[in-house]
Amino acid sequence: MLDTRKDIISRLQKDILLWQGFTPPPSGKPKDLGLGPIEAAFPNGVFPTGNIHEMMCTTPEQAAATGGMMAGLIAILMRRGGTCIWISTSRKLFPPSLKAFNVEPDRIIFIDVAKEKDALWAMEEALKCEGLAAVVAEIKEISFAQSRRLQLAVEGSKVTGFILRNDPRKPGINTCVARWQVNPLPSKIEDGLPGIGYPCWQIDLLRVRNGNPGRWELEWIDGCFVPVEKEEEPIYHLHERKAG
Amino acid sequence: MQKRFISLWFRHLTTDWLTLRRPELKDLPFVFAAPIHNRIIITAANSLAQEQGIFNGMAAADAKAIVPDLKIIDEIPGQSFKLLKALGEWCIRYSPLIAIDMPDGLIMDISGCPHLWGGERNYLKEIVTRLRSKGYDVRGAIADTAGAAWAVARFGKVKPIIEPGAQASALLLLPPVALRLEPLILERLQKLGFYKIKDFMNIGRSVLRRRFGEGFLLRLNQALGNEDEPLQLLQPVEAYSERLPCLEAIRTAIGIEIAIKTLLEQLCKRLHGEGKGIRTAILKGYRVDGHVIQATIGTNSPSNNVNHLFKLFELKISSLEPALGIELFTLDAPKVEDVEPGQEILWSPEDCSLEDTGLAQLLDRLANKIGAANIHRYLPQEHHWPERSFKPAISLKEKPTTAWRTDRPRPSLLLNRPEPVEVTFLVPDYPPALFIYQNKIHHVKKADGPERIEREWWLEEGEHRDYYQVEDEKGQRYWLFRLGHYEGGRPKQWFIHGFFA
Repeated sequence: MLDTRKDIISRLQKDILLWQGFTPPPSGKPKDLGLGPIEAAFPNGVFPTGNIHEMMCTTPEQAAATGGMMAGLIAILMRRGGTCIWISTSRKLFPPSLKAFNVEPDRIIFIDVAKEKDALWAMEEALKCEGLAAVVAEIKEISFAQSRRLQLAVEGSKVTGFILRNDPRKPGINTCVARWQVNPLPSKIEDGLPGIGYPCWQIDLLRVRNGNPGRWELEWIDGCFVPVEKEEEPIYHLHERKAG
Repeated sequence: MQKRFISLWFRHLTTDWLTLRRPELKDLPFVFAAPIHNRIIITAANSLAQEQGIFNGMAAADAKAIVPDLKIIDEIPGQSFKLLKALGEWCIRYSPLIAIDMPDGLIMDISGCPHLWGGERNYLKEIVTRLRSKGYDVRGAIADTAGAAWAVARFGKVKPIIEPGAQASALLLLPPVALRLEPLILERLQKLGFYKIKDFMNIGRSVLRRRFGEGFLLRLNQALGNEDEPLQLLQPVEAYSERLPCLEAIRTAIGIEIAIKTLLEQLCKRLHGEGKGIRTAILKGYRVDGHVIQATIGTNSPSNNVNHLFKLFELKISSLEPALGIELFTLDAPKVEDVEPGQEILWSPEDCSLEDTGLAQLLDRLANKIGAANIHRYLPQEHHWPERSFKPAISLKEKPTTAWRTDRPRPSLLLNRPEPVEVTFLVPDYPPALFIYQNKIHHVKKADGPERIEREWWLEEGEHRDYYQVEDEKGQRYWLFRLGHYEGGRPKQWFIHGFFA
């Protein structure tokens, strides 16, 4: 009895996902983005490409960490020779650093706009262009209606969008599929050795549509994401768990 | 661009042609003659006849008296024009802008052509020797103006190529007839004792105008380059422009849209046929109140796609103010380039590369709204200095000449200007133990460095930077540097320059 009920619930959940546009991955073609355990948090266990992700970065340090992690993601999205568009009002990104995350910096087109409004317009136009690997926009505030426009553009073209919310005043509600926050963590070094280790981040998925928010720790080692091995068993209680 | 003209003078145009047709005339003195005012007048004489004192305008009977075995041939009307046209069309290989200069010459606008033949001297030599080898006795000269070239070709004795800007001094010693003046004026000049151009070159213009009329001054100015001389080109270059007059003045945005679409369709049809595409286009609207409004678009790559170009203009429609109405629309394409026909793709690719037309069209739309100067793409540059380690790419298709470097750690974010920080560190060159940035104290737990980057002395002067990569207790990673060597008591030596991922 209990099993049948579970079956029914899981079937219904799959149906709901289908109606919401999350098609299960075709069998035999796993689209592994190399995110490791994080991917399990997303519906169907697949990183949602063709959607808009929101990255919260309050401080420049967070922005740097987010930039690194996102560059790793974009590298995977661009591996078939695509192009990425990066829209910003005050750009601090240092293009040569992207190469360390496997992104060819000359495949990225930077668009500098004067106003947030222009950035949103440029992002919408770029998201409509089929075949782009990714569109990144640095936007401080985005309203629900604005995010819905972007979502509509994305649904037609299947381009993956990232909104970098540098210094947001309030998180707000929007249609983005996931809300991320990346914090830098002290890097791990073999005991006693001097210097600085591989980039190491604490990645929080604050909100995932139809998924499970959570917190993970990842390192960027030799061009791929590696979960941090933990010495003791930390128990994270997710206070900020929110409904999708 | 500096204009240059060549003037070719066929001294014996029609007689040379007849000699080519009838080789038996080669060693005979012969003339063309035509009846003028009931007298048979010589209109052209070959070089043999000229050597014996026969000139154009002489009565045929007189000539016959001087040279008894002179052969007199009836002139063929319109022959010299036909010949010049054929010769001009042949000369298009040297320059596209060629005008017939009746009765016995050609004028070519050769601006930007001679370097293809290795300079003006070789260029002129090539043209003259080729024409001479065909049998035409030709003289040529190059100058800044068509008038000066004409004069030097016919009357110049020193050199056939007049350097840019030197036409005035070249003209000084030539007779007034070199200015292409009317016979009446020439006669008057002769009477007044002006045998050389230098005699009247420096006389006040108002005096000259009173004596010799406006036409005289026009010719003088044209030869000196003070006034433009329009050439009637043999094959006029047809401008890429379309006009759309409206029966009723257009006042609405929809009306303007229809006008733009109609113009673009006409223009693109022609461009498509010629395999060309628009790089820039200007739409002008002539308003009822006499004002002209205009909108300009530019594209990254030549395009003759009506829909794409219309989308670019669509962004500009809001800036066009019709006021009382627009009577006439014109669309000009001042910059047109060969379009590379894209290969039809059998399978649509999953990702679009930098060469994709979809991407080019997107960038056109963005460039026309926010300006092309705000769209960047970067290529690596061989400099260690961080600010100079990359350079903007000129075009979308430009490939990096060197690889991006990954051997040294570089921060994700780089501050536009390094900001000074207060630092505690062990002298002389240990990494900082703590630093204060924006009123926050960061205790450095891990550090790496220094990486010394010298300033490139051939570009700018100043001190080197010693970069340290530091990590504070929260795991936040920074890029700090010390400017120059440590010197006690010198403030503002430490700066923060970036944030690592």
